Amino acid sequence: MYEVNYHRAGSLDEALKLLADADDGKLIAGGQTLIPAMKTRLAAPSDLIDLRHIAELTGIAVAGRTVTIGDPHVRHMGTIGGSLANNDPAADYPAAMLALAATIVTNAREIAAADFFTGLFETALEEDEIITAVRFDAPERAGYGKFPNPASRYAMTGVFVALDGKTVRAAVTGAGDDGVFRSGELETALVTDFSPSALDGVSVPDDALMTDIHASAAYRASLIVAMAKRAVTMANG
Amino acid sequence: MTEVSMLVNGRTVSGAVEGRTLLVQFLRETLGLTGTHVGCDTSQCGACTVHMDGRSVKSCSILAVQAEGSEIRTIEGLAEGNALHPVQAAFKEHHGLQCGFCTPGMIMAATDMIRRHPEGLDEATVRAELEGNICRCTGYHNIVKAILAAAETMGDGEAQAA
Ligand SMILES: Cc1cc2nc3c(=O)[nH]c(=O)nc-3n(C[C@H](O)[C@H](O)[C@H](O)COP(=O)(O)OP(=O)(O)OC[C@H]3O[C@@H](n4cnc5c(N)ncnc54)[C@H](O)[C@@H]3O)c2cc1C
Ligand code: FES
Ligand code: FES
Repeated sequence: MYEVNYHRAGSLDEALKLLADADDGKLIAGGQTLIPAMKTRLAAPSDLIDLRHIAELTGIAVAGRTVTIGDPHVRHMGTIGGSLANNDPAADYPAAMLALAATIVTNAREIAAADFFTGLFETALEEDEIITAVRFDAPERAGYGKFPNPASRYAMTGVFVALDGKTVRAAVTGAGDDGVFRSGELETALVTDFSPSALDGVSVPDDALMTDIHASAAYRASLIVAMAKRAVTMANG
Repeated sequence: MTEVSMLVNGRTVSGAVEGRTLLVQFLRETLGLTGTHVGCDTSQCGACTVHMDGRSVKSCSILAVQAEGSEIRTIEGLAEGNALHPVQAAFKEHHGLQCGFCTPGMIMAATDMIRRHPEGLDEATVRAELEGNICRCTGYHNIVKAILAAAETMGDGEAQAA
């Protein structure tokens, strides 16, 4: 790891000021993405601004269903804000945010999840913007199906489904070339019949899916349908 | 260099660290607490697991400066004098280790796991909860047995105390 200057912010204003004053400053929340990236020198900020002690940034207004991310030790540190800001194409929360039509609240504005995730590790956040909260209405039913990568346990494909009145949203992570996306094929099948069997015979095109050492695009396309079935089963369970 | 201080195993300690010094380096190199191990570069193996403010964390993925002012417990802080902690005793009794490299992390993960499940543990829960701790020797079987046995002993202790 390269040398770095550490600052502990006590308030949002102080964090913004520290960030503005830094050469190449980076926010750090749980550090469960950033520190590993700094250890391998994939990230080399000049300054770290620690958000963990800012009271305004903690607290959960509505607790949803549990989605298991990482292991207990990682979860004890990791934050949802850090996960969203990082927008790892294999992360779980982006799929949940998109399917729940969540709003990402920052110090400057509110961003709809649909506009927030803009590509691999890319978001609509400006350099000096801090996520302060995430807001969503608890849907009638929701579920998540995840095929974890056997080594990293990140999603090799994950599908989050939410049913709200007559609306179904199905968001896919771990599979898209451009990161998280909503699947029209899954949604069309589920809107008339919100059951796993409604997905029998549904196929998802694989032209915009990832191929890497873990899985081909075609394999991911079939995992999407299989994970969507699991997600619907969980939602109805 | 920055001066950090924290409570480690009940003792206030301080030392000068760089911004980039990891908590595990501070524990091992500055404090000489070499019971906490480093088994990977990718934050996956859990050999470095310690407790920070009562919760298990990976000390290889936290900077020492982030831990400033917090309370840390390491494997060295579990036994009471010569009396092993019930989880340590159970690992010994059930042969929950072979080479022992993963063991400090396993035991710190187990004590945290038992704390978070006062209702008791079953095998499936223990295996799921061990996702962040990798063992290259045992095949996990005896680790799971040891944790289940320790959870039982500790549960009984609480019931008697209550
Ligand atoms: C072993 C391991 C397994 C994991 N498994 C999974 C998994 O299965 N699924 C999954 O989704 N994730 C997984 N993770 C990732 C983990 O969930 C993320 O590290 C975490 O969610 C990111 O949050 P953080 O608080 O650690 O962010 P940090 O590492 O502190 O920050 C990440 C990025 O977000 C920025 N940032 C942080 N907070 C804010 C904010 N409030 N506003 C703006 N920018 C901000 C930082 O500047 C940085 O660029 C795993 C991590 C590890 C180490
Ligand atoms: S040393 Fe492997 S997770 Fe910390
Ligand atoms: S006992 Fe050798 S790694 Fe677990």
